[in-house]
Amino acid sequence: MRIHCPYCGERGVEEYSYRGDATVRRPDANGPDALERFVEYLHLRDNPAGSHQEFWQHLHGCRAWLVVQRDVRTHAIESVVAASRRVAR
Amino acid sequence: MRAWRDAEPRPQYDVVIVGGGGHGLATAYYLAKEHGISNIAVLEKSYIGSGNVGRNTTIIRSNYLHPANARFYERSLKLWEGLEQDLNYNVMVSQRGVLNLFHSDGQRDAFARRGNAMRLNDIDAGLLDEAEVRRLLPYLDFDNARFPIRGGLLQPRGGTVRHDAVAWGYARGADRRGVDIIQNCEVTGIHIERGRVTGVETNRGVIRAAKVALCCAGNSSRVATMAGLRLPIESHVMQAFVTESVKPLVDMVVTFGAGHFYISQSNRGGLVFGGDIDGYNSYAQRGNLPTVEAVMESAMALMPGLGRLRVLRQWGGLMDMSMDGSPIIGLTPVEGIYLNAGWCYGGFKATPASGWCFAWTIARNQPHELNAPFRLDRFASGHVIDEKGAGAQPNLH
Ligand SMILES: Cc1cc2nc3c(=O)[nH]c(=O)nc-3n(C[C@H](O)[C@H](O)[C@H](O)COP(=O)(O)OP(=O)(O)OC[C@H]3O[C@@H](n4cnc5c(N)ncnc54)[C@H](O)[C@@H]3O)c2cc1C
Ligand SMILES: [Zn+2]
Repeated sequence: MRIHCPYCGERGVEEYSYRGDATVRRPDANGPDALERFVEYLHLRDNPAGSHQEFWQHLHGCRAWLVVQRDVRTHAIESVVAASRRVAR
Repeated sequence: MRAWRDAEPRPQYDVVIVGGGGHGLATAYYLAKEHGISNIAVLEKSYIGSGNVGRNTTIIRSNYLHPANARFYERSLKLWEGLEQDLNYNVMVSQRGVLNLFHSDGQRDAFARRGNAMRLNDIDAGLLDEAEVRRLLPYLDFDNARFPIRGGLLQPRGGTVRHDAVAWGYARGADRRGVDIIQNCEVTGIHIERGRVTGVETNRGVIRAAKVALCCAGNSSRVATMAGLRLPIESHVMQAFVTESVKPLVDMVVTFGAGHFYISQSNRGGLVFGGDIDGYNSYAQRGNLPTVEAVMESAMALMPGLGRLRVLRQWGGLMDMSMDGSPIIGLTPVEGIYLNAGWCYGGFKATPASGWCFAWTIARNQPHELNAPFRLDRFASGHVIDEKGAGAQPNLH
């Protein structure tokens, strides 16, 4: 598996550190249902068998955080963007 | 003679078990044997033994620190000790000992603590010093400049079991008690009416059942989604390796304490070894080369002589990595759906106790005290069982 870092180019997966599902968002700690939302945020994952949006950090390279779209059935990388450039949802 | 019938699915059962791996088959066996429930179908999307039950490195042990884990895995080890008589089937239980090596003073203290905890739980454990390990395994690299071997924690009753024989033995035992084992039958949907399960949809038609038990290992999230459940699980891949056969060399299970590596020798003579999970979500049942390289480097650091051997095969299996590194065996929010999942890379040794506890839970609609701590709602209540203390990060457990 090789990931194309927007800053460094294509590098082997061993240069990167995996940081999990990039679709979960930290909930509002003051919201009325904060407790349930935090349980979901911390523990529950869709874990799809298909296209998965995930964080990788180019730890042994430029150290940038990336958002990678990857098919977890084949390990084919579909897209990579810097986490800082990710379009806010 | 066939070891079990090639059953055709019937329209209705008392219990449908999804997944014909070790846990699903053991659950069916104990439901029939201990609870008199034999109107059961085990639905397996592929063939029996195609999943992790036939892909693991066959190690059994109960060297845990946390009381809930210690009690549960020790029950499993006790069941292994009587399993061949129980099943009247040779599963090659070999209690050759599991030795966890340590390489520093700090690690020795941690292992001494674990060994003491094991003894307090009535589990066998012994701390070996360097000289004792040298006598047992003279070919290790004791004077390695970075990771000298200082000793090890030994569980003499740990060892290995022929993995696919376990699947076959439980399948045969369940079949003889009337259980239908249905291969090439994939569950594609779960029917729920007013919060209660009524049956499953498969590629071979609808099968009705008031109780549906999920034992899908690496595919747990996919199947649970069919019942509207979102699980505290990520699927990862773990690889393993086997070398050409050599004469008896490694007569116990040995784990490296300074890297991700463990090794044993199969009865055929091949050295079976592995390391850690690759570390990213995967349903591919195959891993990547950097992990292969890391495992080989660890192998060379511990046992330099291995460099002379050829690796014959390498493979991967799907791990259902849970958020606290411990399994889930119990009830779910959907009435009639029972969940057995989150086994991470250590579910083979759990097979007998998992099936035994899960059968109890399904038959009585409540967990046994051994599996009560492994409930699904522990993540919401905060009662997580985090043996490693790694936090909610599946790739670190
Ligand atoms: C390389 C490797 C090494 C390991 N080493 C060890 C070890 O040394 N010791 C140890 O204790 N554990 C080990 N494990 C872990 C252990 O193998 C697993 O935790 C355990 O086997 C999981 O339970 P199982 O046997 O029921 O799983 P499986 O055999 O995977 O059974 C699950 C079954 O569910 C079926 N299924 C999935 N979805 C559906 C569906 N929709 N419909 C019908 N059927 C479905 C699958 O086809 C599969 O056969 C290892 C695992 C791997 C991959
Ligand atoms: Zn970079």
